[in-house]
Amino acid sequence: MWIFDVLFSLPVLVIGLALAGLFGATARAKLACAGDVRRLAALPRAHGSNAFFSVMVPALAVFLLLSLVRLIGDRQGAATISASTVYWGVLVVALLGCAGAVLRSSLGFRARLASEAWIRALLIAASSIAIATTAGIVLSMVFEATQFFGQYAWQDFFFSTEWSPNFRGNSSLGILPLLWGTLYVSAIALAFAVPVGLFAAIYLAEYASPRMRSIAKPMIEVLAGIPTIVYGLFALITVGPLMRDYFAQPMGLGDSASSIMTAGLVMGIMLIPFVSSLSDDTINAVPQAMRDGSLGLGATKSETIRQVIIPAALPGIVGAILLAASRAIGETMIVVLGAGTAARLSLNPFEAMTTITVKIVSQLTGDTDFASPETLVAFALGLTLFTFTLCLNVLALVIVRKYREQYE
Amino acid sequence: MTSSLLTTDSRTKRRNAAEARFRAYGLAAIGIAALAIVILLTSVLTSGLSGFRQTYITLEIALPEAKLDKSGARDPAVMAKVTTIGYTPLLRDALLAKMADLGISTTASDKDIAGMISKEAAATLRDLVLANPDLIGGTVTLEVLAEGRIDGYFKSRVTMESAALDSNTSPEALQVAQALADAGVISTHFNWAFLTAPDASDQRPEAAGLGVAILGSLYMMAVVLVLSLPIGVATAIYLEEFAPKNRLSDLIEVNIANLAAVPSIVFGILGLAIFINFAGLNQSSPLVGGLVLTLMTLPTIIIATRAALKAVPPSIRDAALGVGASKMQSVFHHVLPLAAPGILTGTIIGLAQALGETAPLLLIGMVAFVREYPAAYTEGAGLFGEAATALPVQIFNWTQRADPGFVERASAAVITLLLFLAVMNTVAVLLRRRFERRW
Repeated sequence: MWIFDVLFSLPVLVIGLALAGLFGATARAKLACAGDVRRLAALPRAHGSNAFFSVMVPALAVFLLLSLVRLIGDRQGAATISASTVYWGVLVVALLGCAGAVLRSSLGFRARLASEAWIRALLIAASSIAIATTAGIVLSMVFEATQFFGQYAWQDFFFSTEWSPNFRGNSSLGILPLLWGTLYVSAIALAFAVPVGLFAAIYLAEYASPRMRSIAKPMIEVLAGIPTIVYGLFALITVGPLMRDYFAQPMGLGDSASSIMTAGLVMGIMLIPFVSSLSDDTINAVPQAMRDGSLGLGATKSETIRQVIIPAALPGIVGAILLAASRAIGETMIVVLGAGTAARLSLNPFEAMTTITVKIVSQLTGDTDFASPETLVAFALGLTLFTFTLCLNVLALVIVRKYREQYE
Repeated sequence: MTSSLLTTDSRTKRRNAAEARFRAYGLAAIGIAALAIVILLTSVLTSGLSGFRQTYITLEIALPEAKLDKSGARDPAVMAKVTTIGYTPLLRDALLAKMADLGISTTASDKDIAGMISKEAAATLRDLVLANPDLIGGTVTLEVLAEGRIDGYFKSRVTMESAALDSNTSPEALQVAQALADAGVISTHFNWAFLTAPDASDQRPEAAGLGVAILGSLYMMAVVLVLSLPIGVATAIYLEEFAPKNRLSDLIEVNIANLAAVPSIVFGILGLAIFINFAGLNQSSPLVGGLVLTLMTLPTIIIATRAALKAVPPSIRDAALGVGASKMQSVFHHVLPLAAPGILTGTIIGLAQALGETAPLLLIGMVAFVREYPAAYTEGAGLFGEAATALPVQIFNWTQRADPGFVERASAAVITLLLFLAVMNTVAVLLRRRFERRW
C-alpha cells in the first residue's frame, strides 16, 4: 500500500513526532499548572516549541551526519552504515527528543530558554554553511587536482606553452596559452571599462544634476543585471562579425569572428557598472569641505577632481578595479561565445584565443572520464582560477580597509 | 602684457578648456554606456522578435486506410508501426494537391516541394492520428509547420540569392511559397509553441521551443527559494544580531565576502565534484542545479538581509528588551517583520541573478538534449531529479547549432529571459518603494 509507504517515510514520521511533542508538551504544561499559567516558569507554547525543536534539530543533525558517513563509506567502497540504520537511528533520536521534552515540561522548567537555545543552534548551523561551501570548493578542487598532478608533472602544467588535449592519452596540458588568453582578454576589458566607468562615476558624482543622476545611475546598473549569456550572444551575433568586417579584415589582421578583441570589448561593457558603482560611492564619501577648500583656492572643478578628490578616493577606486579584474578573469559565457576555443599565444587581438574558463567548460562537458588527466586538468585549472581571484579579492579588501582615509 | 580682470589671459583659457574637456569626457562615458545598452537591446530585439512568429501551411490531408491501417482494426499498437516516414508522403501529396487546386505550376522538383514542410509535421500528424484513429479514411485540415528556410523567407532571413546557394531549398520553392502565401495557404502568426514546446533536433529549428527549459528554470528557482531564503536570513540574523566578536564570526564574514566574488564556474566545479560525483545525485537534474544556484545566491541574500536588519533602528530593539522580551523575541517579533520588505527585495534580486546564471549549469550536465517534460517528483529519480535544461543554458545550446534558424531562436529566448528578469526586478523596485520606511 502506497499510503503506508508515505506514512512510514522518515520525514512524515519525524514531523509527526515533532507535532506530537508540541501538543504533548503544551498539554502537560497546562495540566501541571492546573489552569493558572502564572505558576509556570514559561508559557505553555514555549514548552510546545521546545519539544518541537527537540525533535527536529537532533533528528536533522543525526540524519545529515549518518548520511555523510554512509556516503564517505560508499565512495571508499566499504559499506559502513545501511539505509535502515540511518532510518532507525534518526527515528530513535527523534523519539528520545520527543519523550525527553514532554517529560521535562513541568512547573519549574524554563522552556523558553531551552527553545531559544535550539533556535540559536539553528542560526549558527545556517551561518556555518558559508564556511562549509568554501571548504567544499577548496577540498573538491584540491582533491581532484592532486590526482591530476599524480598523473601529470606540475612543471609541464605550469610552464609548458602547448595545450593540446588528446583523449587517447599523451596530451600536452600547459596552462600558459590559456593564462595568456585570460590575461589578454581581461586587459582589453579593463582598458575599456576602467576609463568609461571612472569617468561615468566622476560625472555622476560631481557634475550631473539630480535629475540626470536619477536616470543615468539606474541605466548603468541595468548593465550589471543583464545575464552574461546575453552578452555572449551579443558578442557572437553582433560584435564578432562587426569586428571582423570593419576592423580585422581591412587591416589584414585575420578573418575570425571570434577574437580576443570581441570578447574583451563586450566584457568591458559588462564591467562598466562594477567600476562605476563602487567608484561613485567612494567619490561621494569624500567630504564636501575638501572640495570647498580646493575651489576656494581658485582651482577649477576638474582640477579639484584630479588633484583632491581622486587621490582621496583612490583606495576605493583601486578596490573597484581589482574586483572588476577578478570578474573579468572568472567570466565564462562571454569568452565561450566570443573568444574562440583555440589555445594560442599571439599578440594579435583579432585572433581567436581561449581562456582558462573556456577550457574548464570544454574539458568537463560531454563524455568525461574522471580517471584521465584530460578531465582532471579542469580541476587544476579551476584551482588556479580560484587562487587568482581569491588573491585579487583579498588584495582589494585589504587596500580598501588599510588605505581608506578617515574623515572625522 | 597687462593683466586685467576683464580679459581672460591664455592660461585661464587653457584651464577653462581643460575643464570643458574633462566634463565632456564624463558625458561621453555615460553616452558610451547608454549606447552600449541601446545597441545590445536593438541587436537582440531585431534578431529575436521574429522568433515569436512562425510560418504555418494549412493543408487538407487525406488519410488513406490502405497506408495507415491495413488491418482496419484501428488497433493503436498496430497503427504505431507506421512511422513518421509513412506520413511524410501524405503531407507532400496534400501540398501538391493544394498547388494543383490553386493552379500553381512550378519547375521545382517534388522533393523540393515536400521539403517546404517541416520534418516535425509528420510527427504532429502521426500523433494526431494515433490519438484519434477515427480520422483514418477521411480528410483532416491541419495547420502544419513550414520548414525553417520557408519560415526564414517570410521573415526576410532567406532571400532568393541565398536560396540559390542553399542545398536545402531552392528559389523555385520560395516562389511556390510566395504564391501559396498570396492564396492564404501559408500564413505567419504568433507562435505559442515557442514558449511551450520542448527543444527540437538540429534539423528543425522551426519546431524548437522553450517549454522544458522554462519548466527546468522554474523548478530550480523553487529549490533556490526554499533553501536560500531561510538559510540566508538565519545567517544574516546570527551575524547581525547575535554573533559575538570572535574568530568564528570573523571567519564566517570573510567567507561570505569571498563567496560573493568567487567566479560562478567554480561553483559548477563544486556541484560536479560534491553533488554529482560524491553525493551521487542525478546529473542534469534541477535539484543539483538548484543546489548550486542556492550556494551562489546565499551571499546576495545574506548581504541584503544584513543591510535590512541594520536599517531597523536600535530603539525598536531597546523598546522590546525594555518591556521584558528576550533577545530572541525582540528579533523575531519586532526587528525581522520590520526588515521583511528589504529581505524580500534582496531575495527577488538574488533569484533574478540565479535565473540568468549559465556557466555552472554547463558543468553539471544541463546542456543535455532533453525533449521530455521533467516531472517534479518520480519514484525513481526523486524530487526534481529528472533531467531538464534551463533557460540560459538552452540559449547557449542553440548558439552551438549550425542551422541559422537557431540564431533567431536563441535571440527570442534571450528576449524571454530578459522579460522574466525585468518583471522580477520591477517587482523588487516597486516593493522597495511601497514598503521602504525611513526612521
